[in-house]
Amino acid sequence: MKNKLLNWFIWVAVLGGILLGTCILSLAIGSSEISFKKIIPLLLEGKGTAEYSILFNLRLPRIILGFAIGGALSLAGVMLQGMFRNPLVEPYTLGISGGAALGVCLNIVLRLNHTLGILSLPISGFIGALTVILLVYFLTLRKGLLKVQGLLLTGVMISFICSSLLMFIMAVSRAEDLHGIVFWIMGSLEEPNWLLIKAAVWVSLLGLFLSYLFSLHLNAFSLGEDEAKSLGINTERIKSLLFIFSSLLTGLSVSICGVIGFVGLVIPHFMRLLVGGDHRLLLISSYLGGAIFLILCDTFARTIISPLELPVGVITGILGGILFIYALTKKQLVLGEK
Amino acid sequence: MLEIDNLTCGYDDKFHLRNINFKLADKEFVGIIGPNGSGKTTLLKAISRLLKPNKGRVLFAGKDIWQINLKELAMKIAVVSQSPVTNSMTVEDFVLLGRIPHFKLLQFLESKKDLAMAEKIMSLTDILRFKDRAIAEMSGGEKQLVFLTRALMQEPKLILLDEPTAHLDITHQVVILDLLKRLNKRTGLTVVMVLHDLNLASEYCERLILINEGQIYKTGKPEEVLQYQIIEQVYKTVVVVDKNPISSKPYLLVVPEEERQRSGQR
Repeated sequence: MKNKLLNWFIWVAVLGGILLGTCILSLAIGSSEISFKKIIPLLLEGKGTAEYSILFNLRLPRIILGFAIGGALSLAGVMLQGMFRNPLVEPYTLGISGGAALGVCLNIVLRLNHTLGILSLPISGFIGALTVILLVYFLTLRKGLLKVQGLLLTGVMISFICSSLLMFIMAVSRAEDLHGIVFWIMGSLEEPNWLLIKAAVWVSLLGLFLSYLFSLHLNAFSLGEDEAKSLGINTERIKSLLFIFSSLLTGLSVSICGVIGFVGLVIPHFMRLLVGGDHRLLLISSYLGGAIFLILCDTFARTIISPLELPVGVITGILGGILFIYALTKKQLVLGEK
Repeated sequence: MLEIDNLTCGYDDKFHLRNINFKLADKEFVGIIGPNGSGKTTLLKAISRLLKPNKGRVLFAGKDIWQINLKELAMKIAVVSQSPVTNSMTVEDFVLLGRIPHFKLLQFLESKKDLAMAEKIMSLTDILRFKDRAIAEMSGGEKQLVFLTRALMQEPKLILLDEPTAHLDITHQVVILDLLKRLNKRTGLTVVMVLHDLNLASEYCERLILINEGQIYKTGKPEEVLQYQIIEQVYKTVVVVDKNPISSKPYLLVVPEEERQRSGQR
């Protein structure tokens, strides 16, 4: 047991170290370069300077948001893949992003944000996500049972319907609205509202904390649902809780940052290959891995064609996809199988 | 210990089992046999509370199993089924999952007692030497021993096994069944298993329950159930029943079509 704990501690420390390094790197890199040495003096006595403002008003909020959202999306992926024993289930295959995108899109087109304020955008995204979550959940539920095939198929179909509706709205919408919609659909960590950033951090950390209450249940699910049941686990209740729980984490992420794909699919896979299938380590390491990945992708997104900026969803998709195919060709990447 | 009282159940309103009644005493070693699709696995699922009865009850120590708390039930009944392993855990970690029902609220780590028990049961089932190996790398027979060890970690009074010897060579078949027999004799563990191999069922089980078309066709000692008239009727094939000269238990031989035609049998 001591060896196991030591092993877990080392993994968390290493990933935590990488996360810290990524944060510092992301602070220093950008369209105006600020050397590593200057960061600490700036933090202590640079208040009021332009560089201080770049670091702590522009870059730091994105890093914090990247941490919260990357962690939350990856966590949602681990939980869904773990309980359904299916490597294809991830927050976005279940149609949640489609619902959120549709909600925001309607808000923009109907100009609700002009009258209700800018905060109404994430709220309408969240309402859209929530509607899809409930729709998928109740359409799939048969005699109190939640089956993975049904869930996936319903999710994918609702996703298609949402994106078709989205395209319809885009086709008939005004040119000035179009830019807002497109940018939002592709995802961005640029969020000027500190309240939302704080909310994202708290909810995401709360998600990590709560997920630990289910870490052993998720381990039992890896044996199969019947086996988990015979280990005394109320599988239907736990599945419903975990589904709603991971959907809410995704809904929150999408409503604040737009659609950022691949984090919830790729990171849990990589972490499973690295640290193994024990959810007591997998949950925290996926959280840290998701945070590292998203912060890195965002750093790429805002520097690669600087001073212009790419949507971070584009980078996570390309980078995540390439990494995933690489891993597939190198190893048999079936759920949890080394 | 276990009482099946007028049980009728199935999937999607189709009844696979109808009006099943039997009792199981403490420390019994029982085999459930029958042709494919007769309802053996369905019965096992009903006993392990994986399938809700449409009618009737399953009682454990006098209490309806659907009234017993799931966790409590998991400390009394353990199941070894045929589910494929999809995780990359080590044998020791896999075996330790069996302690989950005994975990207290908010307990996340195995106690020293759990680890000592894992060591003890792994040496009993002779898999201690593999404890650090990944379960996915093990052979079929070794995996089955690991599954059995995981179930024993639950400290059950009753163990249910669904074809524990399927796809195994005779060495591993005998290893698994000898082990179960030893546990049954030494610790009083009650064993109920579904077996396809009638000869293994005959050699190891004290009592057989023969299921046909969702109903109990015959129950009794192996020599009472494994009679050629009964087997030919249920399995719809010609068999020869003889006696094992060493154990005196009945054994069955099948008769191929060519031989049946030559000897005038159908």
